[in-house]
Amino acid sequence: MQADPDGASHIVELRDVSKQFGETLALDHVTLKIRDGEFFSMLGPSGCGKTTSLRLMAGFELPTDGEVVIAGEAQGTRPAFQRPVNTVFQSYALFPHMTVYQNTAFGLEMQHVQKDEIRQRVTQALELVQLPGKENRKPKQLSGGQQQRVALARALVNRPKVLLLDEPLGALDLKLRKAMQLELKALQDRLGLTFVYVTHDQEEALTMSDRIAVMNLGHVLQVGSPAEIYENPANRFVADFIGETNFLVGQIRGREGATARVEVDGLGMWARASGEVPSSGAATVAVRPEKIGLGREKKEGRNAFEGTVELVTYVGKDSDYRVRLSPQAVVRIRVQNQAAGAWTGIDVGDRVWVTWSEEAARVLLD
Amino acid sequence: MTILGRAARRLRESSSLQGTVLVLPGLLWMVLFLIVPLLLIVVLSLAWRGEYGPVDWGANVRQFFSRLSLDNYVRLIDPLYMGVLITSLRMAALTTVICLIVGYPVAYFLARSASRFRNLLLFLLLIPFWTNFLIRIYAWMLLLRTEGLVNRSLVAIGLIPEPLQIMYTPTAVMIAMVYEFLPFMILPLFTSLEKLDSALLEAASDLYARPGRTFLRVTLPLSLPGVIAGTILVFIPTMGMFVVPDLMGGARTALVGNLVQRQFLAARDWPFGAAASMVLMALTLLATLLYTRVSGFGEELVV
Repeated sequence: MQADPDGASHIVELRDVSKQFGETLALDHVTLKIRDGEFFSMLGPSGCGKTTSLRLMAGFELPTDGEVVIAGEAQGTRPAFQRPVNTVFQSYALFPHMTVYQNTAFGLEMQHVQKDEIRQRVTQALELVQLPGKENRKPKQLSGGQQQRVALARALVNRPKVLLLDEPLGALDLKLRKAMQLELKALQDRLGLTFVYVTHDQEEALTMSDRIAVMNLGHVLQVGSPAEIYENPANRFVADFIGETNFLVGQIRGREGATARVEVDGLGMWARASGEVPSSGAATVAVRPEKIGLGREKKEGRNAFEGTVELVTYVGKDSDYRVRLSPQAVVRIRVQNQAAGAWTGIDVGDRVWVTWSEEAARVLLD
Repeated sequence: MTILGRAARRLRESSSLQGTVLVLPGLLWMVLFLIVPLLLIVVLSLAWRGEYGPVDWGANVRQFFSRLSLDNYVRLIDPLYMGVLITSLRMAALTTVICLIVGYPVAYFLARSASRFRNLLLFLLLIPFWTNFLIRIYAWMLLLRTEGLVNRSLVAIGLIPEPLQIMYTPTAVMIAMVYEFLPFMILPLFTSLEKLDSALLEAASDLYARPGRTFLRVTLPLSLPGVIAGTILVFIPTMGMFVVPDLMGGARTALVGNLVQRQFLAARDWPFGAAASMVLMALTLLATLLYTRVSGFGEELVV
């Protein structure tokens, strides 16, 4: 295992890994370092390479180029049955002809563990996933949530160095999925085990992860904590994929320390800009809808604009407003419905003032 | 309302009546062409051979029925006929086992082949069966005889010093029967192997099972319905087969099928032939039942 600059050791690494399927390049020179004991999510739309990355770690696929390193050992062409990792499959892939007990014991049996120890460890694992008393059921006799737990127990019973999870909650309904998210996270905390978690659900990734890798088209676009990724998206794709964002396209008109002034359809906006942002050229200002204030009176600040309300949508705990600031510039604003009728004063066609802090907006280059 | 109209209304309203009506044609067919002939054979197997005809019908119906007996079955308890029965069972079992051993890898390959080739491969598998059965058997006879292609090639490359006597031996019968029934084994095996989710094989590998263990613990048990279906589809017809042993087996390889055929056609002893065919049926049924019970047939399908 190699140490990070910040002292953390890496349990799984992809070193400059590429994977080609026929004509398509599923992974394009990807480098990832997953820390020991963290909950690491790979997030992206379908076809982004997240599942391929996981399958390369598990050994179901071999890289076309580059190296997969697990626990400090380069895996080379090592097949799945020789790797110290276990997988929870999207479809669970429980053996339909075996009972819950037999499914869970399978990995230990294959490793020639003593019968007594198998019994003890299987019982423990089934208790861990809160599924005792179901040992003699066949998978078909269980609900989706219970099958999910068996799949988890079947992997955990082997005490792997890393648990790989391929959209394990995808088949569950929303309520159960939310509950399992918390349970999985708690389990991971308790066991101190590294989870590598593949999902296309950004909310799920934000809720559970210590760190997230956002992927698209075979590339890793950004790796960071949920807050980093949400507050400081590295580019437009990340900002767009994680949560909702207003994108205002314009020209950079100057810099002032860590902020830049961007002219968007005649409006001068100030936003945070990283070092690589130049002092001129095309750029996009990104602001989250919930970080924009809305009112009838003008507020102080450099980002205060007058506009016309075009659309109001009531969505339960929030209301959505679409406000046109200029012929080309439109922003969506999300305001919490704090008290009944608090915003009833503002309706379609009204003139309003919108404001946001410089801290809340970011300059992104495409 | 007319009677017809009332009947039509009742039919629309009662789903159980609809079921009855739908099942009626099939039921009628089965009764007429399976149950009735079967009963005729049962009665025939208890009758006597006529002096000048295949059956002694007696002076009248009462006399015919009063003379029914189990004598034909008693006649079958003879070392000669018992030998034929045992040979038949052994040949059918062996044919089935060889079909299974040869067919499983083929079915596995078919099921795992790229889907765009799969239909073509299945098509190739079935193409020989567009040719008439007898023509294919005659082709085998040409291939296997002493001066046939197989023997001549083997001698030519020096593998054997002189031609082997394959024709008119049980080996020849076996070769032709395996050839004939192989697709009946491969197709059900293919169907159950094709349904096998490849994620299960990955899961087994992920859980430290080497490919051999994965096959024995996952692939094979999950393809068992196909194994059982294929076994039954091959075993039952080979038990009653008489054309192949007749043409390729010579005098030494008589199976139950031949016995039945000869009693009906050559010996003109219909009652004895009927008894032999009843025993064949009972034996086949018993073997199939025993086999499905032992292999737990049905259990796999219920899972």
